[in-house]
Amino acid sequence: MSETQKGAARAEETRAEQVPACGRAAELDALADTLFGGHEALEHADEQEHHHHTHAPASHHEHGHHLLQVEDLSVGFRMYDEDAPFFRARQRFVEVISSLTISVHAGEIVAVVGASGSGKTLLADAVLGLFEPNATVRGRIWFDGELQDAAGLAALRGNGVSLVPQSVNNLDPLMKVGRQVEGFAHPDVPHAERRRRRAELFERYGLSEETAQLYPFELSGGMARRVLLCCALMDDPHVIVADEPTPGLDLDLAVRALDDFRAFADAGGGVMLITHDIELALRVADRVAVFKDGTVVEETAVANFASPDTLAHPFSRALWHALPEHGFRDRNVGEGSGKGGFHA
Amino acid sequence: MLEARGITYAYPGAARALYQGFDLAVAPDERVALCAPSGFGKTTLCRLLAGYERPQAGEVLVDGEPLPRRGACPVQMIWQHPEAAVDPRMRMGATLAEAGEVPGRLLDDLGIQKRWLSRYPHELSGGELQRFCIARALAANPRYLVADEVSTMLDALTQAQIWRFLMDETSRRGIGLVFVSHSPALTDRIATRVVRLGA
Repeated sequence: MSETQKGAARAEETRAEQVPACGRAAELDALADTLFGGHEALEHADEQEHHHHTHAPASHHEHGHHLLQVEDLSVGFRMYDEDAPFFRARQRFVEVISSLTISVHAGEIVAVVGASGSGKTLLADAVLGLFEPNATVRGRIWFDGELQDAAGLAALRGNGVSLVPQSVNNLDPLMKVGRQVEGFAHPDVPHAERRRRRAELFERYGLSEETAQLYPFELSGGMARRVLLCCALMDDPHVIVADEPTPGLDLDLAVRALDDFRAFADAGGGVMLITHDIELALRVADRVAVFKDGTVVEETAVANFASPDTLAHPFSRALWHALPEHGFRDRNVGEGSGKGGFHA
Repeated sequence: MLEARGITYAYPGAARALYQGFDLAVAPDERVALCAPSGFGKTTLCRLLAGYERPQAGEVLVDGEPLPRRGACPVQMIWQHPEAAVDPRMRMGATLAEAGEVPGRLLDDLGIQKRWLSRYPHELSGGELQRFCIARALAANPRYLVADEVSTMLDALTQAQIWRFLMDETSRRGIGLVFVSHSPALTDRIATRVVRLGA
């Protein structure tokens, strides 16, 4: 709180001292400080639980702030009323993500698990600054202690934040995959070095050297997935946002990919791992954020997923019960949520 | 009986054939899991079984007859990447209509909401698209269903619901099921027989 008050105090000073010419800018700055100071402006001690999030033993606040902090994020779409007849349909606004708060510390993997269609991919897109033309995105995203706007997020894309996209359609269908992966290196890196790094990654993920000469349509689902992973690891990012990186990979490869994320996090990076595969996520993640209907209903340490009793939210418990090794139950058994169906 | 008899298949220009004299038989009351490492050719085998590719030698037979060259194929395939299996310029209602009349009960059982029908594929999530693909495959009245990693884009809860639905539906209608999954726990639960391709 002290920092915020300081900010406000500083604003008072500036207003008093400065002449009207640049007073407006200073006022805006001060306003931003007081309005958006929020969580990031607070002093962070590394305690187990503070404010509304928890800490894993390994995670820490570097320079007193989070690596990535998303506060109060809302994403909505302007679309035509689907129930009205075609020519009389009016536009309306549909909010898909509402007041979502999630943080990624240096040195940790945060797994985001939740129902399909609950907006997990939209969260990844929002962090990367990728917006559909009819989307309205509100909220505050901090990267390494700095508040970002849309242009800032776009600039960070590939320069600090890397995305492993969900769809294999994200590969350029007209470019050989070797060249595509090499293109993700930092522009300053010479070509020989890029090729060496690419070959190293390909070898690590069991892709043969001939694979580099193939076009995306010639790859199997699992190979395309591995190429997408290589793209994200080419550069030297601070944060990796991985949107479903493991479907199509056999268990060995999936574990290797997640181990790489673990190594990346242990080296000081942060990973937001969006996934359906809870079993896999639990192997490497430090914390789990349970996502439902466009917001995080529970953020908890991985250890709490050992038993349904330590999970706070009914939906987290339902997820636990639905795992194939825990009964494969498809209803919210005994949770009395009533709905239980698909429209979760 | 869905049979693959002595199938040989190699991609053009490939050094080595993916399959050489490969045999497989699936009865209508079976749920057969195909297991192999990534890149082995599971999807290719699915494509062969569903008639998207013709083998260079050998044949695929349904109840002793080769796959028909016209009309709806008695072996329907549900693809690994639903976003690549629907036309991006067609509304979902039109996509479903590709299979003819789709009973409303099927939509309800799969949890497809009426208002999704007027949307385009990019306005739906991967899991929602996959439900449309499953409905489309089942509406074509197949005798065999080939499911290529159909549930990897679904959360655990929906995955359980979809598989339960598929198991009920296939056993009720006597549809034989061939499926690919990388999850051993899921395979254990669903498969009546496991075929390891690598071994």
